[in-house]
Amino acid sequence: MSITAYELSHLDTLEAESIHIFREVAAEFERPCLMFSGGKDSLVMLHLASKAFWPARLPFPIIHIDTGHNFPEVLEFRDQVIEKLGARLLVASVQQSIDDGKVVEETGPRASRNRLQITTLLDAIEEHRFDALFGGARRDEEKARSKERVYSFRDNFGQWNPKNQRPELWNLYNGRINQGEHIRIFPISNWTEVDVWQYIRREKIVIPNIYFAHNRQVFSRDGMWLADSEYVTRTEDEKVLTRKIRYRTIGDMSCTGAVDSDAETIEQIIEEVSATRITERGETRADDITSETSMEDRKKEGYF
Amino acid sequence: MGLLRFATAGSVDDGKSTLIGRLLYDTKSIFQDQLDSIEATSIQMGNDYTNLALLTDGLRAEREQGITIDVAYRYFATPKRKFIIADTPGHVQYTRNMVTGSSRADLVLILIDGRHGMTEQTRRHAFLTSLLRIPHVVVCVNKMDLIDYDEQAFEAVKKEFQNFAMKLEIPDLTFIPMSALHGDNVVSRSPNMEWYQGSSLLHHLEQLHTASDRNHIDARFPVQYVIRPQSGEYHDYRGYAGTVVGGVFKVGDEVLILPSGLTSTVASLESFDGPVSEAFGPMAITMRLTGDIDISRGDMICRPNNRPQSSRYVQSMICWMSEKLEFEPGMKLAIKHSTKSSRVIVADLQYRINLETLHREMNPDSLALNEIGRASLQTTEPLFFDEYRRNRNTGSFILIDEATNATVAAGIIVGSGV
Ligand SMILES: Nc1nc2c(ncn2[C@@H]2O[C@H](COP(=O)(O)OP(=O)(O)OP(=O)(O)O)[C@@H](O)[C@H]2O)c(=O)[nH]1
Ligand SMILES: [Mg+2]
Repeated sequence: MSITAYELSHLDTLEAESIHIFREVAAEFERPCLMFSGGKDSLVMLHLASKAFWPARLPFPIIHIDTGHNFPEVLEFRDQVIEKLGARLLVASVQQSIDDGKVVEETGPRASRNRLQITTLLDAIEEHRFDALFGGARRDEEKARSKERVYSFRDNFGQWNPKNQRPELWNLYNGRINQGEHIRIFPISNWTEVDVWQYIRREKIVIPNIYFAHNRQVFSRDGMWLADSEYVTRTEDEKVLTRKIRYRTIGDMSCTGAVDSDAETIEQIIEEVSATRITERGETRADDITSETSMEDRKKEGYF
Repeated sequence: MGLLRFATAGSVDDGKSTLIGRLLYDTKSIFQDQLDSIEATSIQMGNDYTNLALLTDGLRAEREQGITIDVAYRYFATPKRKFIIADTPGHVQYTRNMVTGSSRADLVLILIDGRHGMTEQTRRHAFLTSLLRIPHVVVCVNKMDLIDYDEQAFEAVKKEFQNFAMKLEIPDLTFIPMSALHGDNVVSRSPNMEWYQGSSLLHHLEQLHTASDRNHIDARFPVQYVIRPQSGEYHDYRGYAGTVVGGVFKVGDEVLILPSGLTSTVASLESFDGPVSEAFGPMAITMRLTGDIDISRGDMICRPNNRPQSSRYVQSMICWMSEKLEFEPGMKLAIKHSTKSSRVIVADLQYRINLETLHREMNPDSLALNEIGRASLQTTEPLFFDEYRRNRNTGSFILIDEATNATVAAGIIVGSGV
């Protein structure tokens, strides 16, 4: 056999890199946890984690930051997936943080719980004394994320300091922290949206049905289709209509936009995603469009 | 072909970020909303044209200062290949971020402003590139538009770099004249430089052969994690999980485990997707061995007739990265090498490299931020290593300051002994 045959495909290379990161964290941290939203990236993360520790169960729990504004389909899906895996699910609720008076609900038609989750998340980290939190963020998503390390250090206040990140050399990760600090771990940093979809197809990962084209009652806001739901207040001009749409990302119902689509299969989704001229966050996240540096600002406060 | 990882390097303002922006733009890898946003920012900042460097300079501070501060990772694909780009900063203050970005690269693009030729920072980056043993280097002689696309000017910079590179080890070196701003020789050959007979940058990146860069000879499997399900069906299961970092392991191979020195046989190579008959780098797999041997994280599985060095004394090149602390003999630090964490004491600092001349300044007192020197370290436990030139994985380490937990050095193993 020639030596050149020993080459991995790009998906296999990415998969191996991610598995390596999962194992490294499980080996070196005392209380890791995986943040799970029910979206495609977190499903890929769960799949990779299952592979990393097979045939053992995941050596860490899963946490969902529940904003209370979820798509009901996604919540249901979440519970099925976790049960099938036999994993332990923790739910930290933004509603609870509001009820406890830790955060105040925003008001007005553009009210969102996006920023409020930061407090809920940081409180949960403190309560459970997590020292490492896996997140499914990818560097291709957004310009601040494109700068972030795989091991992203957070201080006592959960803050990211983009101007003073630890050097990250080869695949030698520095996981040393003091009490009260933690590290956000991004095993799929180097995956692109297309990689994620190709992997979902290859691995036959089951995803929530709202990723596929379906008819839904929506209204237009800021050039996006928002689902008509109890979590958003429409203005008079915002008329509801039925359109064939799908979700390209999954976030809160109040700020996640849908896209016009006929894609009913993974193949068709891959075709659509490969041809699109707009980024997923640009097309579907009202929270990211508010200002040029909104992601960087939120990350500095402790966002995902 | 699989994935190609490449990084940019070179002096501040020589056009690294602009080149990456141009490469993404001309391969249609930029989304409309990203383009709209950098156009708006360019106008707001008073640029006459859309500043493509903004595609990678995404932090607020970078935009305010007009320089790159930390590595930006970008991704694109052509029908031939997938690429992971690390756009690194040129500013000397952020050299450690350049090292971060290029440590895993298959190829580094060193940009040089054709008007000015090499600067101290170009030399520093070229030296680091060779120290990191990046197998492929492309020197991009940039801003040719400002020097009338002049062949003589290109040749002069080329000669200057070649002279410097004689003192370095760069296995594969290519020169391309270009204008990152206007796209000459970036994605396609430029009509402005008919005298240039080589390929465009993209063509070069697409065609590059990297399969032979990996070490397929010395079988190395650092044990990363022991898998013990302790559940009904898998009650007695014990698997050694890790990433192959050299050579090939096959079922039935006789293996040797360090530090115990015991031997065993590969019973199976397993993954979630089922067993495989052989494993090679960078596969992440689970290895099961025959017999009952005590193996834990930090152990190294290799072949009896081809083992890494095992020693508490390592000779290394140190690239110092702390602004708060200097590296000096007698200092104690934490070390992470492969899957092993241990402690070291700096036994001796032999020399510091003068990056201007590449001369060795013997017996310096210390190394300050961004300085590079040769030191011998003594570890509390033996490390299982190869020289970096043979294996980038088993030949590299990081040093960590135990007081602040900061990563303070990148280390490259050049030998063993005191
Ligand atoms: N005329 C001309 N200008 C260029 C070219 N390439 C880059 N520039 C300009 O040079 C300046 C610096 O470019 P950058 O791409 O930010 O340089 P850099 O190497 O990324 O700088 P750092 O990341 O801060 O080290 C900008 O004003 C660019 O527009 C070129 O080919 N021709
Ligand atoms: Mg730059």
